[in-house]
Amino acid sequence: MVIGIALAFPAGFIVFLDNVSAVSSSLNNTVELNLFLDMEVNEKQATALKDRLATHNDIKETILIKNDEALSEYKKLSGFDNVLDALDENPFPHLILVKPEFNNVVDTKVTRLVNELIEIPEVENIQYDSKWINRLVKIIDIVKLVVLILSALLVTAVLLIIGNTIRLSIYNNRDEIEITKLFGGSDSFIQRPFLYSGFWYGVFGSFVAWLLVIVSISILDAPIKKLSGLYETSFQLSGLGIANTLFLFGIGIFLGLIGSWISVKRHLSSIEP
Amino acid sequence: MIQFTNVSMIYPGGNKALQDIDLSIEKGEMVYISGRSGAGKSTLLRLINLIDRHTRGQIVIKGQNLERIKSKRISLFRRNIGFIFQDHKLLNDRTIFDNVALPLVIAGNTHQDIKRRVQASLDKVGLLSKINSYPMELSSGERQRIGFARAVVHRPSILLADEPTGNLDPALSWEIMKLFEQFNQVGVTVMIASHEIDMIRHMQKRIIILNEGRVINAS
Ligand SMILES: Nc1ncnc2c1ncn2[C@@H]1O[C@H](COP(=O)(O)OP(=O)(O)OP(=O)(O)O)[C@@H](O)[C@H]1O
Ligand SMILES: [Mg+2]
Repeated sequence: MVIGIALAFPAGFIVFLDNVSAVSSSLNNTVELNLFLDMEVNEKQATALKDRLATHNDIKETILIKNDEALSEYKKLSGFDNVLDALDENPFPHLILVKPEFNNVVDTKVTRLVNELIEIPEVENIQYDSKWINRLVKIIDIVKLVVLILSALLVTAVLLIIGNTIRLSIYNNRDEIEITKLFGGSDSFIQRPFLYSGFWYGVFGSFVAWLLVIVSISILDAPIKKLSGLYETSFQLSGLGIANTLFLFGIGIFLGLIGSWISVKRHLSSIEP
Repeated sequence: MIQFTNVSMIYPGGNKALQDIDLSIEKGEMVYISGRSGAGKSTLLRLINLIDRHTRGQIVIKGQNLERIKSKRISLFRRNIGFIFQDHKLLNDRTIFDNVALPLVIAGNTHQDIKRRVQASLDKVGLLSKINSYPMELSSGERQRIGFARAVVHRPSILLADEPTGNLDPALSWEIMKLFEQFNQVGVTVMIASHEIDMIRHMQKRIIILNEGRVINAS
């Protein structure tokens, strides 16, 4: 049981990290550069620039939003129809939306692309929302590190717990071990049942961990859906998945065997007839 | 079969349990070891079974020099020997069947073979009816006989017994001694440590008497 709880934390963190990276990569996918063109640039020039940029190696897609489109959009949103109608000239510049080829916003390529585009004479200004994404990615990196350290500690704890359990069991069975040795039981013969129990502690611990994670996911699912609804990202809480489940059981069994093996090596020899 | 040359055994604490022992026991022989308490009888048997290691001299058993047996091979060596302990050494949380079956389980015999041999062995000591009992449900003498059944169940070529009649009344003691004789007659080498010198004399076998770790009779 304790083993299960100790294993549940790393497993839970794995799920958490999976989900966080899913969120961040979905954010990364939406990276867009807004190229505000100079007011002097007319529609024809803007279209030409848009087509030229579309052939750029690092750019996936370009969309031209003409200034009258922007104006009517703004009218609709703001309701200042009359005021805007009174203006002689359209106050909005043409705007080209640029979607880069790469998804990862922290990539220096994005910065390089921005620096390159800002050099174009027609481009007045470039806006992109990278700063807070950058920060998020850094935070995720720190969380990953913390999880790694915590997992290492918990893994050590599991090893100690299993080792100690086996040590107690060896101690409780010392008569049997002694008598078995007296009648010619080899070390491997005597070790076997303890390694088996280590194996089963691993299996059982992993199962408890798996159960805990599953239950917590189902509890967290609804609130997270609400939250992600607020932030308008289409986001689904993903579970452990087959690979991670196998990984969890693999680690559990591995720890069970290693823990019991160390314990057996250390304590069996102390029992001599 | 069993050859002691100038063997001494000093326990870590400095107790000189055995000193300068020279012994030769032939294959199929039956020998009693006698002497006062603390004379070194148990120690002598424990050296043969490699429970304790001698500190000087040479012991050769079935052609094997005991010093040359690596700790990994001790288990294999012990499977040739049956040992009856002064304090029974039965497992109280196991049935009589499981207790007697232990040497066979260790040797990896088949389930059927184990069942057959355990029954035969228990029958020999007259305790087949206790096969499903636990050691605590038996009298001290019955436990000693279970120890006997366990020691012979895997048909060892050497049978060592440390005070096998220590807790038995004279009639039962005699019975047990007869069992040893039966095994001896089919070729098993038997060594029995016992302080009951009067009874031993009646058995008309070779007797080795120890005193303060030395053999004192030349026979
Ligand atoms: N584990 C031990 N550590 C130190 N000294 C020991 C140990 N076992 C026995 N001895 C000592 O070795 C000597 C011989 O002991 P041993 O048990 O062989 O005698 P014994 O003839 O079997 O006596 P008993 O008839 O009481 O069983 C004794 O002096 C005893 O104190
Ligand atoms: Mg003794």
